[in-house]
Amino acid sequence: MLNLSLKELSQALEKKQFTSVELTQFFLNRVKRLNPSLNAFITVDEAKSLAMAEKSDQLIQSGEKAILTGIPIAQKDIFCSEGWKTTCGSKMLENFISPYDSTVIHKFNNIGAVNLGKTNMDEFAMGSSNETSYFGPVKNPWNLDCVPGGSSGGSAAAVAARLAPAATGTDTGGSIRQPASLCGFTGLKPTYGLVSRYGMIAFASSLDQAGPMAISAEDCALMLDVMTGHDEKDSTSLNRKKENYSNFLDNKIDGLRIGIPKEFFEDGLNSDVQKVIEEALKQYEKLGAKIVDISLPNNHLAIPAYYVIAPAEASSNLSRYDGVRYGYRTKEYDDLMDMYFKTRQEGFGDEVKRRILIGTYVLSAGYFDAYYLKAQKIRRLISNDFKVAYEKCDVIMGPSAPSVAFKSGEKQEDPLAMYMQDIFTISTNLAGLPAMSIPAGFINDLPVGLQLIGNHFEETKILNTAHIYQKNTDWHLNAPKGID
Amino acid sequence: MSINKEEIKKVAHLARINVSQAEVDQVEKKLVGILALIEKMQEVNTESIEPMSHALDINQPLRADKVTEKDIRDKSLALAPHSEQSLFIVPQVIE
Repeated sequence: MLNLSLKELSQALEKKQFTSVELTQFFLNRVKRLNPSLNAFITVDEAKSLAMAEKSDQLIQSGEKAILTGIPIAQKDIFCSEGWKTTCGSKMLENFISPYDSTVIHKFNNIGAVNLGKTNMDEFAMGSSNETSYFGPVKNPWNLDCVPGGSSGGSAAAVAARLAPAATGTDTGGSIRQPASLCGFTGLKPTYGLVSRYGMIAFASSLDQAGPMAISAEDCALMLDVMTGHDEKDSTSLNRKKENYSNFLDNKIDGLRIGIPKEFFEDGLNSDVQKVIEEALKQYEKLGAKIVDISLPNNHLAIPAYYVIAPAEASSNLSRYDGVRYGYRTKEYDDLMDMYFKTRQEGFGDEVKRRILIGTYVLSAGYFDAYYLKAQKIRRLISNDFKVAYEKCDVIMGPSAPSVAFKSGEKQEDPLAMYMQDIFTISTNLAGLPAMSIPAGFINDLPVGLQLIGNHFEETKILNTAHIYQKNTDWHLNAPKGID
Repeated sequence: MSINKEEIKKVAHLARINVSQAEVDQVEKKLVGILALIEKMQEVNTESIEPMSHALDINQPLRADKVTEKDIRDKSLALAPHSEQSLFIVPQVIE
């Protein structure tokens, strides 16, 4: 059960080689044994998961089986799940039991996938190391002294350590791809609007997008088949025909034009990471692809623009945490104002408070044009750069992160150094493009991720491009030591 | 543009977050750094550029104002830090 792909697990369940209850119990046992050192899960509820597995076994028995029926999936603790504690990594929601299902959870439940538990994350998805979680930091399974990346760090550690066959994540500025890179597996952020945000706790609404985190591109395609689709409950959900992402994985990539942005290989990229990426590109050339030089001249403005837009939207989204309707409320207060001030001082962590303050500042009277409007204009420049680039190429490639996993605590006190982790991922969120990270090699036993960026709605193409690479290499099949 | 202690207190007030006197120095140091990073935006001329609020430039759809959700009032009230008689209870605001 440990190293089977989602397709193989599905076939084994169908052939009754094992039941969903047995499979779920197998992974629950792994969580019990390995989670204490990784801290990948915030909530595990064996009884609930096993009850779901029992129902899935009935579905399989009655022949009503979808591909992921009966397969346990770890869910990032940002997705509201009815009856489950949904904390978003914050003290503010420490005791929040969701009264409803997010659309993503609903879709998995609907086909009889099993919720294996809720994974740890940076508080309100703000972070790149999973050190801002109220429930403690997550460790990287490849080296317990290192961070797993963030904000989907719990899902990342769970997939890398094989505590779950697959997991969900969300990506606002790189929160699926950077941890996928640092933990050595495959992660995909879809085109903005492809996966419903209903019930997914909001950070920066114009950037947030949910996606799959799994071992291979094939696994990610099967997950994406479940997760996507128009949803009236999310006004930014795109109303378009649902695609099948797993049908085109084996398409030939002969003549594929791979665009290499020169800006991704300038300052800030570790030279060993650069070598790994260059090797991967050579592999693609061997597989019939052509390398094309491109430029994304405004990429250096992506982080500045993001740190206006994301905090601005966050400051608005997080104003709902006021201690009145749900979540944490301070213990002692004199009046309503005092209650608000103390509740938010005590309920939010430092990084979240910093971003609320920045967001409030850039939206405040007199600064709106200079900051927020300016950032939205730069967002268009960045988006236009990609439009120009896609006239010359089919897929864009580069590193997912500037370095391999760094030591815990190393960047914790330096927000600016932490923000640079997303230097190669943020521009695609601003432009709303789909992008993946796939394992492409190692430096001192720590994984390196290759990023594939597609044009809007070209998930099929990047999944196909990734799958062909994974059929010819085995970087994605490497697992960390000490997790058997 | 940069931020000073007075402005931090003002912004914290707008955001309804207590920032204690002891925290202000630390917060100031970090916010000054972040704002310097953001300041790089001013390097480019964006005069004739349209601002972009949705990555795919799609307008917000409208729908009929109908109730579509099941009633979860009791479940929702049960989540409140303090509720009585189906009401959220807050400190008195009107004398």
